[in-house]
Amino acid sequence: MLAEALFFSAVLFTIGVFGVLIRRNAIIVFMCVELMLNAVNLTFVAFAQSYGAGGQVFVFFVMTVAAAEAAVGLAIIIALFRHRQSVNLQNINLLKG
Amino acid sequence: MQATVVAPGMPHGTLSLLYTFHFYLFGLIAIVSALLFVTRKSPVAAALWLVNTMFCLAALYVLLDAQFIGAIQVLVYAGAIMVVFLFVIMLLNLGQGGDVTDARGLGWKLTGGAVSLVMLAQIFALTRAKTPINLTLPDGFTARQVEQTGAIAPVAGPLFNEYLLAFEVTSVLLLAAVVGTVILSKQRGDEHAR
Repeated sequence: MLAEALFFSAVLFTIGVFGVLIRRNAIIVFMCVELMLNAVNLTFVAFAQSYGAGGQVFVFFVMTVAAAEAAVGLAIIIALFRHRQSVNLQNINLLKG
Repeated sequence: MQATVVAPGMPHGTLSLLYTFHFYLFGLIAIVSALLFVTRKSPVAAALWLVNTMFCLAALYVLLDAQFIGAIQVLVYAGAIMVVFLFVIMLLNLGQGGDVTDARGLGWKLTGGAVSLVMLAQIFALTRAKTPINLTLPDGFTARQVEQTGAIAPVAGPLFNEYLLAFEVTSVLLLAAVVGTVILSKQRGDEHAR
């Protein structure tokens, strides 16, 4: 089932990229990043079935990093919301020239 | 997929057909949920569709002989991380999502679609690459390993031997994340009078 798993993973990753490109809500963009991480995890697990359990260990690390990233990212979003009263990425243009 | 390909560790016949059917079923549900997730206006609906995608991925992990990772996926991703997302949506009162549409304009959508298609083609080209045959485990090896030692031992072994340093560094990362989160979300006294 390696080929099928890689197909599903590729499609899910692409949907995540598409979401990051077309949405302006910071929280939804962030969730799209999580979807991409999940797609990569599926690839790791699919390869772990044929190449040894080391891939599953990497999924473990990816999940840990995702949890840390979610905590910090959501704290940043809350701080932005306090500052701008909005999570729309169009209103967050402090670094725009 | 050819009918002759049988999932590793699964007997031939109807059981293998059932396995293939469920693999495609959960994969398709995951993709449809992901599409619904990126197109919903309300952040709450989007988050719930993403939870559905994650559950389907957990089912796929179980079908791929990674039962422990499947359980962790449900507990950590669908259970913990998505609850934090929903909690923040609730905290910032973004649930309605009605008044301002947050999807970008047509130009952005077309560009995004084009970039996604190119990326999809690239990934498909990558998945066709041949992998060295001498690295491949024999058919059904992982399933037999799970049968003999349980689902956790194949993950725990490398985690605490080969990847011990990475494991320890991860704990430092988590500590840094906790400290960073507390500092970022701390209200400054001078901005908000109590």
